[in-house]
Amino acid sequence: MKYIIAVIKPFKLDEVREALTKVGVQGMTVTEVKGFGRQKGQSEIYRGAEYQVSFVPKVKLEIAAADDLAERVVETIREHAATGKIGDGKVFVLDAVQALRIRTGETGDAVL
Amino acid sequence: MLSLFRLQAAPLLFAAALLPDVAYAQSADVAAKLSAGNAAWILTSTALVLLMTLPGLALFYGGLVRAANVLSVLMHCFAIACLASVLWLVAGYSLAFADGGSAHDWIGGLGKAFLLGVGVDDLTGDIPESVYFMFQMTFAIITPALIAGAYVERIRFAHVLLFSGLWLLVVYAPVAHWVWGGGFLQQWGALDFAGGLVVHATAGTSALVFATMLGPRRGFPRELTPPHNPSLTMMGAAMLWVGWFGFNAGSALAANGSAGMAMLVTHLSAATASLVWVAIEWLKFGKPSLVGIVTGMVAGLATVTPASGFIGPIGGLAIGLAGGGVCYVAVGIIKTRLKIDDSLDVFAVHGVGGILGILMAAPFGDAALGGLGLKMSVGAQLGIQAAGALIVVAWSAIATAAIVVAARALVGLRVAPEEETEGLDLTQHGERSYTL
Repeated sequence: MKYIIAVIKPFKLDEVREALTKVGVQGMTVTEVKGFGRQKGQSEIYRGAEYQVSFVPKVKLEIAAADDLAERVVETIREHAATGKIGDGKVFVLDAVQALRIRTGETGDAVL
Repeated sequence: MLSLFRLQAAPLLFAAALLPDVAYAQSADVAAKLSAGNAAWILTSTALVLLMTLPGLALFYGGLVRAANVLSVLMHCFAIACLASVLWLVAGYSLAFADGGSAHDWIGGLGKAFLLGVGVDDLTGDIPESVYFMFQMTFAIITPALIAGAYVERIRFAHVLLFSGLWLLVVYAPVAHWVWGGGFLQQWGALDFAGGLVVHATAGTSALVFATMLGPRRGFPRELTPPHNPSLTMMGAAMLWVGWFGFNAGSALAANGSAGMAMLVTHLSAATASLVWVAIEWLKFGKPSLVGIVTGMVAGLATVTPASGFIGPIGGLAIGLAGGGVCYVAVGIIKTRLKIDDSLDVFAVHGVGGILGILMAAPFGDAALGGLGLKMSVGAQLGIQAAGALIVVAWSAIATAAIVVAARALVGLRVAPEEETEGLDLTQHGERSYTL
């Protein structure tokens, strides 16, 4: 099982969620986050003065997927979160060592 | 305020015709002089001007600071309102408006401290003195509260209280006396209808001096956090606009044409300056901002304040145009060029606007430019206006510096850097605004 962490542009969230649902993803965790990458920050102007905002708002998706689905999940995110502009975000894939459904006590791919 | 004596007769007749039964309720000799209509309007105006501070100014300022400091700003405005009210009764009103004897050119006496000797039927002009006291008190509340914009996000709360209390007695009350209480500026014929000198020049100048002595917020000017909630700022600004009708139209001290025209020019100046400010922003940065349009509104209101009882509609438009443009430039000069962290631009908007309005009252008060007429030539009036502004600015600056030094010695000035980063809400007041 893989644990996939994706940080994407907030306005792409709905599109990515729909596409992931279609390829068979049954659940995900979404968090509003802030951070910076090569995009650095951005600036806002109030009363003519420029404020540097060093952390840009993004959305973080966390998805657990069976090994055979993981690659399609990553591809789907890539396909639907991309705008081609700087700041589109990143995807990281980790090995999930254990998974447990709290209600039933099931483990492994049955949890997904 | 000046028009009180000039325009007394007409509203008396007006009120007598419309409100006979109210007048009957008073004793005979009082009924002969009291104008129920005027008293009703000034009672209403008093409520409107208090609304400007609570919650108008508090929200306007509160939205512009970090989320970790919003409560401290609301607290500053609220506490200053309470403190100024008590001090106004203790001595402020008397120093501004009581007979000063041989020192009357400079300061009122203590004959009306605690309003001793002022009865329920006593009148100021043709309204109850209690109403006049309350109306003036709301001005004494908002003026030190305006200065809060200079020191937000880094000030010790004890300093806020001590400074504001001393400032009310040492700066506000004397200047109110000079301009409205029979002091030397009033004797010279200086025009300040609703407080370009008394309110905006004093608060603006003091804000600039205070901010310079206090030093900038951590991270100024490159790494500041943007305003945390411009929605609050807009709501506060809208209340300021409505409240300003009481501020300017109430300063006619009568429910008459002077009040009506003051309301009209006040509104037009606010609308015009809002458009000017946002147009400049739009052209310069490509985006018209909410914070920009409401800041323009305050600039237009502050600028028209001293002139509002002397000008016509064209003057209102012209003052709005000038107020929006000049105050916009002033913000850039103070913050960007001089690098003074007058955090919420009190000097650039109120100080510069108030002084600009004081100067513009001369030409636009003249009948040639649609004004209601001057008692002297435009040049002579302009000279008096400029001299008045210089004197008020000088006194505000010197006295503020002295008060800050004294209050700093007694209760300190600035919070520790760690407290500043954590925010004043938690470190000074033990509360937080947004618990998630």
